[in-house]
Amino acid sequence: MDRQEWEAVIGLEVHCQLLTKSKIFSGAATAYGAAPNTQADAVTLGLPGVLPVLNGTALEMAVKFGLAVDAQIAERCVFARKHYFYPDLPKGYQISQYELPIVYQGHLDIELSNGKDAEPTVKRIGITRAHMEEDAGKSLHEGFVGITGIDLNRAGTPLIEIVSEPDIRSAAEAVAYLKKLHQLVVYLGICDGNMQEGSFRCDANVSVRRKGETKFGTRTETKNVNSFRFVEKAIEYEIERQIDVIESGGRIVQETRLFNPDTGETRAMRTKEDANDYRYFPDPDLLPVVVTTDDRERIRATMPELPEAKKQRFTTQYGLSKYDATVLTGEAALADYYESVVKLSGADAKLCANWVSGDLLGALNKLGRDIGDSPVTAPMLAGMVARIADKTISGKIAKDVFEAMLGGEAQGDDAADAIIKAKGLVQITDEGPVLAAIDEVMAKNPQQLADYRGGKDKLFGFFVGQVMRATQGKANPDLVNKLLKDKLAP
Amino acid sequence: MSLSIEQVRQVAQLARLALQPEQAERYAGQLSAILDMVDQLSQAQTDDVAPMAHPLDMHQRLRPDAVAETDRREAFQAIAPAVENGLYLVPKVIE
Amino acid sequence: MHRQSIKALGEGLRAKKFSSRELTQQYLQRIEALDPQLNSYISVTAEQALAQADAADTRLARGEGGPLTGIPLAQKDIFCTQGVKTSCGSKMLDNFVAPYDATIVGKLHADAGMVMLGKCNMDEFAMGSSNETSWYGPVKNPWDTTRVPGGSSGGSVAAVAAGLAPAATATDTGGSIRQPAALTNLTGIKPTYGRVSRYGMIAFASSLDQAGVVARSAEDAAYVLQAMSGFDPLDSTSIDRPVGDLVTGLGQSIKGLRIGLPREYFAEGLADAVRSRVMDAVKVLEAQGAVISEISLPNSPLSVPTYYVVAPAEASSNLARYDGVRYGHRAADAKNLEDLYKRSRAEGFGPEVQRRIMVGTYVLSHGYYDAYYLKAQKVRKLIYDDFRRAFESVDLVLGPTTTDVAFALGAKTDDPVSMYLNDIYTIAANLAGIPALSLSCGFVDGLPVGLQLMGNYFDEARLLNAAHQYQQATDWHMQAPKGFE
Repeated sequence: MDRQEWEAVIGLEVHCQLLTKSKIFSGAATAYGAAPNTQADAVTLGLPGVLPVLNGTALEMAVKFGLAVDAQIAERCVFARKHYFYPDLPKGYQISQYELPIVYQGHLDIELSNGKDAEPTVKRIGITRAHMEEDAGKSLHEGFVGITGIDLNRAGTPLIEIVSEPDIRSAAEAVAYLKKLHQLVVYLGICDGNMQEGSFRCDANVSVRRKGETKFGTRTETKNVNSFRFVEKAIEYEIERQIDVIESGGRIVQETRLFNPDTGETRAMRTKEDANDYRYFPDPDLLPVVVTTDDRERIRATMPELPEAKKQRFTTQYGLSKYDATVLTGEAALADYYESVVKLSGADAKLCANWVSGDLLGALNKLGRDIGDSPVTAPMLAGMVARIADKTISGKIAKDVFEAMLGGEAQGDDAADAIIKAKGLVQITDEGPVLAAIDEVMAKNPQQLADYRGGKDKLFGFFVGQVMRATQGKANPDLVNKLLKDKLAP
Repeated sequence: MSLSIEQVRQVAQLARLALQPEQAERYAGQLSAILDMVDQLSQAQTDDVAPMAHPLDMHQRLRPDAVAETDRREAFQAIAPAVENGLYLVPKVIE
Repeated sequence: MHRQSIKALGEGLRAKKFSSRELTQQYLQRIEALDPQLNSYISVTAEQALAQADAADTRLARGEGGPLTGIPLAQKDIFCTQGVKTSCGSKMLDNFVAPYDATIVGKLHADAGMVMLGKCNMDEFAMGSSNETSWYGPVKNPWDTTRVPGGSSGGSVAAVAAGLAPAATATDTGGSIRQPAALTNLTGIKPTYGRVSRYGMIAFASSLDQAGVVARSAEDAAYVLQAMSGFDPLDSTSIDRPVGDLVTGLGQSIKGLRIGLPREYFAEGLADAVRSRVMDAVKVLEAQGAVISEISLPNSPLSVPTYYVVAPAEASSNLARYDGVRYGHRAADAKNLEDLYKRSRAEGFGPEVQRRIMVGTYVLSHGYYDAYYLKAQKVRKLIYDDFRRAFESVDLVLGPTTTDVAFALGAKTDDPVSMYLNDIYTIAANLAGIPALSLSCGFVDGLPVGLQLMGNYFDEARLLNAAHQYQQATDWHMQAPKGFE
């Protein structure tokens, strides 16, 4: 079999929970992790006689998303009922959008790596639409025999379902698209992006065809693949499976499949013959939603700077490399952290970038912490970088100060100063003590002195090291260099 | 428009209504009579008419995003047919 | 006391001629003595009623409360009442004790201080025109207990007509206030869609359902409708617009009021005796200064077929929530989830509800949506346009409420289509969303005949005033059925 003959066609449907306090159609809380059904109010439960009223913030968030992917925002959109019977769907229908979604015709550019040193390829993925809808509850199977328990706390949580065009051609592209989308919704502050808790979930539509073929093959939909790694594995598995089926003379059946993270395989879900007759019609309890040009522009004005724009600005404003700018704008919180270190320290932006993307991110990675709960806050790091800049400490001593801050040896915005003072780490910039140290080192090492003066220039480094050691590393390296040169001269 | 017994069974399945065999036959006759009456609609000239979903020419009002409900699980589950540990119980769901 | 107007009852209470407890007790006694002949109440909430009456007496003693404080009222059993069974006439909800109050229940009882006597019988989920689809058995017409009271608000009208409540709430999706009011000699008003909150009113067809009131006169209806109406933030389709003063608006002359008689409402199918009573009423109004003209609502014949697509479609969706999981009837010993759904629903819903769910499911299903649902929405627009045009030249539209007087119990139960044609004159107002009212305009062989007035959007005051003026000149509405005087 030659895999090179085949091409995958992939479209993703992403369900993104909106970060509102209350549900899309009622005043019940949306907080994760509450005791079962304690956030299921009368509307969520679909009690007889209750009615939905749209959450204005959910609408704004959907509009923000649309603006961020350069999409059309519908001036008039409509909620529709999608009918199916399932115990986690209390009303027997889901309020969703069908013919007239709030967002349509957008796109997202992804970057595909061409190796470490080459420029990445930019590929544009179309976003067909994004529509608002309510989430369903959860079915719990553990702890019961032959019975399922239903928790409706999640039911009614606002979602946007983001549907891509079938523009994606590989698992790697799918992951790049998903990561980009994830970064965007978190940046926008419309989703917490927590994939474990189900705030950001992905269904993958996959088909394969022989290269050069223009028609699409029959697709399968793999449901709820809830990490970037699983998406990659599920799609890769599904592509291989479909090619195998076709090459061995079989046909692909249009079906819904479920990914099993333990085996890395997908399997067909039990489906009912009537499952796809959703009987959509406009929800008569809700009126058309109107977003005027004024509304749209008012919402646009509240949008944060988006990742691409921020990256551009970081290269121009701070003179950072594209690589550094990409790293530092990976998350909005990290970018904010970096910018406050620059501002508070008044130090060189590149120096700040090195500390944030190097030592700080390395340390957080080791600790398994997010930038949001870094033990070294931006003012603390700024305080330290400022001392490097004003030469109070050397870069080398700074590493010790940073470790001490990380270890919690001092707290507060002036932690660096406190540590420098307590440990006596202030750089020696007076000539007297440095000269005394040089004299001492010269006296202790007559042979090396003679060799140096005899032409072994390399030994200069040895003397620098000895002087630094004699001053516990506190001597200003430039001063040591300068004074040593004079003293060692024959 | 007449509905066959098989169509009535399909519709009943979609609507999750258990039908006894003799009911399907009776419903087929009654539903066919209703649909015959409804078929008068096909006479109406509606080529350039916009569908009217709603009698009011208004648009959707928005609710402020605030938590306005408290936990009333006990009251709501007091009228539920089967609950345990705060969960509603149903026969096992197989995916 | 039970024949007094609501205005008079209010004055009597405030003048301490009698207490709300005394008044309430009298109604409770009448219900106990007379309702076995009628079956108009599903639940009588005597204990709560007396507690509410005592609370009203306390308010009145302090000089507080409004015109309705202490006056009894019956609620159609479609409105959720916290702590009280709310069945909607269905076995499905026979065990449903509502955990919350409908908005109008709060407005009428907590705010206005009315006393709830109980919950009235109705067609199951308001689907019916004879009150024969109720799980709790049919309601009898107090004017002739072998005949139907109309539906779906059959219990509400029977109770008020028989003096078992001064007034009752009701709901109207295709005529369920006006048709039963017509058949029982009452005044019933369905206001503009959106005027009265639907929150807590169990949904039948959301784009058509509207709550209103049945009472013995337009004046009584005006008092209750005033207290029920108004904006509700819990209902997206509620109108945020002042209600106006319906009661003080009643004194206006109708001189110059332009009334249109649609020729389609007087065509074939209308009983001659009914036509003649309606035309007598037209003469009365003309004598009072109204200007009568003939108009046309050309798409009227399409209103019944349009309705029987739109209403079942919405109903099939609204009733999908009754699945035996969170409340309501649950089939015993379900083999699996599918069995639980199918049997709970087949056991919980009666045949008419099942028919409408199936029709609605069919017209929304794949391949039929455009031919039925979309087509019906377009014809609905044509019907709406008919009224828009009519109200350019007239203030009110007048016609019969029903084709004939009350029919015998059981006469139409086996023929759904002939039952549906009962609503031929009332459905268009629901499709268009306009306010409409029925009032009594005489009798044929001892059975009441109803006259329907339809108004432009938000014109409830004009409708009630016209009806009130007619009732100043006539006394049909003052007549009581034998045995219930």
